[in-house]
Amino acid sequence: MNAEELLYSKTHEWAHVTERDGEKIATIGISAFAIEQLTDLVYMELPQTGQAVTAGESMGEVESVKAVSDLYSPVTGEVIDVNTSLVDSLETLGKDPYDAGWIAKIRLVDGGSIDELMDFEAYQKQCSEDG
Amino acid sequence: MTTGPSTELRKTPLFDWHSSHGGKMADFAGWSMPIQYSSIVEEHLHTRSSASMFDVSHMARLEFRGAGANSFLNRLLTRRVDNMKVGQVRYSLILNQQAGVLDDVLVYRTAIDARHSCYWMVVNAGNHQKISSWIGSQPGGEDFEWIDHTAETAMMAIQGPRAVDLVKAQLQAPLDELKYYHSTRVAWDDHMVLASRTGYTGEDGCELILPADCAVEFWMQLIAAGNGQVKAAGLGARDTLRVEAGMPLYGHELSETMNPCQAGLGFAVNMKNRDFIGRTALEAIKAGAIGQQRIGLLLDGRRVPRTDYPIIAGGEPVGLVTSGTFSPTLERPIAMGYVQPEWVAVDTRLEVDIRGRLEKAKVVKLPFYTRDG
Repeated sequence: MNAEELLYSKTHEWAHVTERDGEKIATIGISAFAIEQLTDLVYMELPQTGQAVTAGESMGEVESVKAVSDLYSPVTGEVIDVNTSLVDSLETLGKDPYDAGWIAKIRLVDGGSIDELMDFEAYQKQCSEDG
Repeated sequence: MTTGPSTELRKTPLFDWHSSHGGKMADFAGWSMPIQYSSIVEEHLHTRSSASMFDVSHMARLEFRGAGANSFLNRLLTRRVDNMKVGQVRYSLILNQQAGVLDDVLVYRTAIDARHSCYWMVVNAGNHQKISSWIGSQPGGEDFEWIDHTAETAMMAIQGPRAVDLVKAQLQAPLDELKYYHSTRVAWDDHMVLASRTGYTGEDGCELILPADCAVEFWMQLIAAGNGQVKAAGLGARDTLRVEAGMPLYGHELSETMNPCQAGLGFAVNMKNRDFIGRTALEAIKAGAIGQQRIGLLLDGRRVPRTDYPIIAGGEPVGLVTSGTFSPTLERPIAMGYVQPEWVAVDTRLEVDIRGRLEKAKVVKLPFYTRDG
């Protein structure tokens, strides 16, 4: 996926939203910037299929040598698929954050909003201020 | 730590170099220090296999000189200084009257003659003000002077199997003949360098104290001469290295509420026919129950125990983690912590409460890593 076409949360998760049979499905992951900041990943706690998640709330964790960070859901809905292979290949998150490094697919609740998320340009601006 | 939030961070002479070479800078004890340049794991493994250089200029450097320095330091420290030979370096503790640890320090004996005894002492950055005040408040300061050299000097640690050879070539001094925990003064161009075979990584290596104004030049020349064999490493790797080496860090394994026996630092206390601050309290402690003791933990899983996480036995909290990390050498999470004596035996099964979930661990002998394998 093209980083420039994704939506981003303040907490550095990306989302790619598609529509299928009238349902909105968000594929989500962690931005390259965040992975670069974390470095030395050692462990990841993924959400579970069937889990209800809320935008801005923790649904897992990403642990590096230095520190542990929450993985926040960028959208509200139900987890319908999880990329479980990541647990044993954390390097994928850094090598291919927007394709092979996807973390979960979330079916948005009816009327679920993605208006809070930033476009690439706004996210870049936030990163340059954080970095 | 005495640094307030509004205080501007202090900078070492190498600050600009760190910033312009990818150093991720963070506040450490009131100093802006590089935590890492590339990756903590890469810097850690490079130290174990080749050599790394660490800017440790944030540590305080104090000099004591004069006839009264012997008796003053003998009373201040848990080990004697008066029987040290010139060039010897000794790890020691400074205790309060209750035998709580105020700091752990390295003492260098740098000169001796009839009128002059001369020592240097390296103090933790976070304890710089506290120890300065402590020294100033002690009686018997007439026969010697003490000078704080922290601002006009720099200090760097070069650590790893290739470290001594690289520094030897740079200084053109036979550092390989220097025994472990010994120091020597070496001239580098017109600058005087105090070089010691010491370190905080579990590797062979040396630490250098040199004038602040030549620190960057020395640092850059060493990197250039090393041709990839020696690289800059940050305090992140320094921490994972010292945890693997089972070395205590003040503020984590050591504090004013811990005594040396609990910390397993009996070797750093000499009680034989001598008096020092904290001795009376320490005798009473040794005669009774020592209380919680320092242990090493190896975890079964991948989640990393961090400072202050509870250590659990049979569902009950029995102590706290003081330092924890993911060991790049063992590729497993490791930790140090304090527990009651009934849980300290090697192979004891314990758990660590990692953010609400219990993770299995077992007690292992410290250190986690020795360079001899």
